[in-house]
Amino acid sequence: MKNSRFITWMTWALILGMFWTVFSRVSPDRPKAQQDAVAKEGFTAPNFALDLLDGSTVALSDLRGKVVLVNFWTSWCPPCRLEMPAIEKAYRSYKDIGFVVIGLNLTAQDSEQAAADFAKEIGLTFPIALDRDNATGNLYRITALPTSYFIDRKGVIRSVVVGGPMSEALIQSKVEELLREGE
Amino acid sequence: MFPYLRLGPFLLQMPLLMLFIGFWIGSTFTEREAARLGLNKEKINNLIGYGLLGGILGARLVYAAQYASVYVANPLGLFSLSTSTLSPIGGFLIGMSTALIYGYRQKLPFRRSLDALTPGLAFFMISIGVSHLLSGNAYGSPSRVPWAMYVWSDYRHPTQLYEIFLALAIFTLVLPKVLPAHAPGIRFAQFVSLSALARVFLEAFRGDSVLWLDGYRAAQVMGLLVLIICIVLLRQWERIEPNEASIW
Repeated sequence: MKNSRFITWMTWALILGMFWTVFSRVSPDRPKAQQDAVAKEGFTAPNFALDLLDGSTVALSDLRGKVVLVNFWTSWCPPCRLEMPAIEKAYRSYKDIGFVVIGLNLTAQDSEQAAADFAKEIGLTFPIALDRDNATGNLYRITALPTSYFIDRKGVIRSVVVGGPMSEALIQSKVEELLREGE
Repeated sequence: MFPYLRLGPFLLQMPLLMLFIGFWIGSTFTEREAARLGLNKEKINNLIGYGLLGGILGARLVYAAQYASVYVANPLGLFSLSTSTLSPIGGFLIGMSTALIYGYRQKLPFRRSLDALTPGLAFFMISIGVSHLLSGNAYGSPSRVPWAMYVWSDYRHPTQLYEIFLALAIFTLVLPKVLPAHAPGIRFAQFVSLSALARVFLEAFRGDSVLWLDGYRAAQVMGLLVLIICIVLLRQWERIEPNEASIW
């Protein structure tokens, strides 16, 4: 095939492509985020309600309007332990402007006592939720620890970080980006 | 989907591994093509290396610049191994610029160098599709076609498989002797135009498209623009004799 014929084909393809682009346009009324609750970037974060270490409870759905970091961890996981001070620092810096952290302990693979001892040792002030039956871990398809979900004010997962430890800069840049959106 | 493989204390990111494999095999295709075109293999390898290095550094620096106050307070964050703190557009632009500067300084013939890179890039596109299949990214819109895949809580177009098939077809087409190219740069322009066309077609089945004004998919609009540029280049490069000393 000569180049001139290739150019002719591409020109026709361009015209068809323009029609295809118009034809496959998405209705502006369609919501920007996926409606289903799936533990994946761009989807609504699956809801959960769990007991906290201090005896109270937390439901993710109650935190709409806030930027949420859900961090799955266990006390025996070294990178989880390493990144906790950075998470705590970010929590203290941004909690007054709409940032919440849920330290979600996979208690079925850990123990409440070990989680409590670790939280005390590091001086964690954010809520520690207890996933006693691994139901939330399964809901979020946790395959590695730590795993962190950054959720925007509308409850949409915007970033997932698998593995760690996360640096302070990573956490703060993700949180600042989401906090800015609400301004 | 098979996003992670745990090897003892290490977590291997399979999509990333696939990109590395694609890059490695693609480089060997590029090396062979460079030899066939009579280019200095070492210089072409350096061009890729500098482009890649510039791309990675650029992606991190542009991301850090967007959150300057955070990185000024935590400069060690610049050296984080996380891929979450990279700016893809920044990386692309700075990587391209670095490769261009290296090619210009080494007096590499621009159009023939692009031709040498073409088979490698075409193979790398296949690995991007496989990487998407492993990660579950670039997923399709909900569909009830018989070949729909159940992913992310719905039956969806298997757009990752479409992507792999189209990339394979393009890789085959841009191999020497399949689609003749009679002037330097033509093969590269053919590859880019076919890839842009594939993107325009494929994007319609995606469930995660970035939308622009009035619901137009950004990737389709960009694909059409790239296709127009390629058609212009194909016409020009066919007519103009290449001046090997000049960048164009």
